[in-house]
Amino acid sequence: MNNTVRVLLAAAIAVSLAACAKKVKEEPVETVDRTETTETTPVETDGKYGPEDLDSDSCLRQRVVYFDFDRSDIRGEAQQILACHAKYLQDRASAAVTLEGHADERGTREYNLGLGERRGNAVSGALQANGGSAGQISVVSYGEERPTCADSDESCWQQNRRVEIVYTAK
Amino acid sequence: MPRLIRQALFALAVLFVPALAQAQLNIQIVEGNPSALPIAVVPFAFEGAGLPPETDVAQVVASDFNRCGQFRALPRQDVVEYPVRGNEVKFGTWRVLKQDFLVIGRIRDAEGGAYRVEFELFDVAKQQSLLALAVGARAGNLRDAAHQIADLVYEKILGVRGAFWTRIAYITSTGTGKNIQYALMVADSDGFNPQTVVRSREPLLSPAWSPDSRRLAYVSFERGNSSIYIQELATGQRQVVSSNRGINGAPAFSPDGAQLALTLSMSGNPEIYTMDLGSRRTTQLTRHFSIDTEPQWMPDGRSIVFTSDRAGKPQIYQMPASGGEPQRLTFQGEYNARATVAYDGKKFAMAQGSGNVYRIAIMDRSLGGSGEFRTLSPGNLDESPSFAPNASMVLYAAREGSRGVLYAVSADGRVRQRLVLADGDVREPAWSPFRQR
Repeated sequence: MNNTVRVLLAAAIAVSLAACAKKVKEEPVETVDRTETTETTPVETDGKYGPEDLDSDSCLRQRVVYFDFDRSDIRGEAQQILACHAKYLQDRASAAVTLEGHADERGTREYNLGLGERRGNAVSGALQANGGSAGQISVVSYGEERPTCADSDESCWQQNRRVEIVYTAK
Repeated sequence: MPRLIRQALFALAVLFVPALAQAQLNIQIVEGNPSALPIAVVPFAFEGAGLPPETDVAQVVASDFNRCGQFRALPRQDVVEYPVRGNEVKFGTWRVLKQDFLVIGRIRDAEGGAYRVEFELFDVAKQQSLLALAVGARAGNLRDAAHQIADLVYEKILGVRGAFWTRIAYITSTGTGKNIQYALMVADSDGFNPQTVVRSREPLLSPAWSPDSRRLAYVSFERGNSSIYIQELATGQRQVVSSNRGINGAPAFSPDGAQLALTLSMSGNPEIYTMDLGSRRTTQLTRHFSIDTEPQWMPDGRSIVFTSDRAGKPQIYQMPASGGEPQRLTFQGEYNARATVAYDGKKFAMAQGSGNVYRIAIMDRSLGGSGEFRTLSPGNLDESPSFAPNASMVLYAAREGSRGVLYAVSADGRVRQRLVLADGDVREPAWSPFRQR
């Protein structure tokens, strides 16, 4: 039921966005993105998430947050992903996540363990600021020990500087 | 069902497999030192009953000399005479071959199937015997005997204890993604005789030797989070000594073996602690919102050096082992981390980063002041330096393509030797302390 409502609303938003996009055709793409962000928020607060949304919701399906080199601040692009996961945690008190923090291969291994944890903590902070509670969140840092990509170049390093949101309870 | 059982058995099997030999490290000398002391090591004669042993003792001794940078062994094909005893040595021959020193020897039977390796060292110019000793060995241990001989010759000539008869610990990983396998290995200092200490499907890192070189502390993720283990090498027996919330990392034994320095983040971010290994009680040494990690004891045990990014980027700091205000040690280089200290307490090796390039730098404070820096390695992603216990060489990890390899480099940087595992990634070398004879 909830789902149907959300799908309908999402469709409505999509239509209005499309209309919006048409009007501001000459504007840079970024502007459209921002519009989308602000307009999708009310949709999420309308209904509560259910476990099935973890597999179907396009926002909740995004489970990886990326970082700049030697940094742990959350980039703008990740705010929306974290907002929907925070909402999920808020909607479902029984849900729990482990935030797996990772670093790229540059720098020393133990320092990178610290860096991965710092990133995990940053994500944890953002989730809590948006409605998740500390008891639902645990952080584990793998440093540079579990890369997803093994080449020594920036495109690969970027993929490895990440926090993975892993649901341990739905 | 049977699949589940199989998986369970497999999980048990991979957790702990003691003393399983793996693919051998491949040793290559990358560069040489033309000013090294020339020394001839004559093949040792076998004077026992039965078949001669497989190990070529003289070859092992010669390889040790070549690796360390201070000696250059005469190539085997240039050895033209084969004296076995002192009265058979013709010094003129070795003088013509421009050798400063000569080692000869013989292997004889000892009680219980063991060997007795007798050797003699000569000064060619003075036509003098400098050393005549015997080393005992069991049949499978002739490489150990050879390393001990190399140590004795090294010490006689240079006045510094040799570090060939030592071991190295390191981490390997093979496979990718879900099939990745990690192992903590121990091998002879020349990379031979590798043994598996622990194997795991979860990351293993940061091996550290106890001062008696009988135990290793290391970090394992096998419980889902980092935990610190201490393992007895002879028995395989191990204990979890730290498994707190957050990071349990960077273990380092104090010089007297009574304490462990470690990094814990249970307070919210990584801080340096010491743990009394008797009572397991921990004492917090740092209190700062930055990342404080990678503690190493100074040889006198009175202070600890560590990495901290409290000034923005990682740099090396020193503080009393009882805690107190840290002093920054490194002011050159934008990124300095994971320092290790030589036995003299004057030379520090560390990973130094500049842009995307990370190399091993030595900070030498022998002449006082804040110390002189020099770069020891030519790679792009070099890390984890570890001094030989006599500081004659440094082991470190490098990346070549997308794999990790180990290098041993002489302290002057002139001789580098690559140790490559035939399969997979090798990293985090830790050179053992001297072994007890």
